[in-house]
Amino acid sequence: MDLVHQIGKGQMRTDLPEFRVGDTVKVHYKIKEGSKERIQVFQGIVIQKRGMQISATFTVRKISGGIGVERIFPQHSPNIDKIEVVRFGRVRRAKLFYLRKAKGKAARVKEKKRY
Amino acid sequence: MIGLIGKKIGMTQVFDKDGKLIPVTVIKAGPCRVIHRKFKEKHGYDSVQLGYEEADDKKLNKPKLGHLKKHNSSGYRYLREFRLRVYKDIEESEVFDVSMFVENEMLKVTANSKGKGFSGVMKRHGFHGFKATHGVHESYRGPGSIGQCATPARVFKGTKLPGHMGAHRTTIINVKVVKVDVEKNLVMLKGSVPGHRNSLVLLRKEL
Repeated sequence: MDLVHQIGKGQMRTDLPEFRVGDTVKVHYKIKEGSKERIQVFQGIVIQKRGMQISATFTVRKISGGIGVERIFPQHSPNIDKIEVVRFGRVRRAKLFYLRKAKGKAARVKEKKRY
Repeated sequence: MIGLIGKKIGMTQVFDKDGKLIPVTVIKAGPCRVIHRKFKEKHGYDSVQLGYEEADDKKLNKPKLGHLKKHNSSGYRYLREFRLRVYKDIEESEVFDVSMFVENEMLKVTANSKGKGFSGVMKRHGFHGFKATHGVHESYRGPGSIGQCATPARVFKGTKLPGHMGAHRTTIINVKVVKVDVEKNLVMLKGSVPGHRNSLVLLRKEL
């Protein structure tokens, strides 16, 4: 198995900041339209991190026009231009799927100070 | 057809030029030495017998050792034959490695599939089974009728029934080479490949 992991090592991103589940992040994602390339920013709460090594992904959830939108990004994708961590969240579980059903006050994530 | 003998290492993913994730199977293949070259005039057909994974003489049986000695070769654990459809100048003691494969090339991949044991018709033949509700009882995954009554008074041969599944030689065609690592003797193939981890895999390409 070790050999399999070594294969992706060269493609893994080490330049991106560390973030955890519950944090609010801005993902700058490169989008190709024909020959043009532009950058789209997706801001939301990280509700899940899964997978390991090169296959790792994370899910960002935001409320867009009153509708919940979730997007899954491969953590080591070369199309991620940069990631900004806007806010640290204090959460007590690894997957925040309860946010999907939560309304109003319950749908918030408390801020945590991290150094 | 010429190719290499290898072992399946496992599956992972790699990013392509557009940043898309591609599932790949990693195979450690070669280097393979040509042990025995067969010719049409002498043996009835053209082929090369390749040896893979060097082994200590102590670990091989005498018939194999005798065969290897006859062709002035050191010990090899696995010997497999690759039929040559067109004549090609290949000589005994030549060594092939993964550099024979090019990216985006299509290969034929042969291996023994994973054994599935004694399996029912739904898994083995893709039957649909029965409903879980609406009064169905005791036969949710059964085959249903397997024939008529007094005529023919038997079950026809070849009727699809439960039985042993998997663990047989399987070949898949048009498997794309995603990447070749000559230094580590690795080939990355797009998608899955028959067999379990560490199972012997034959990679073949058109000449």
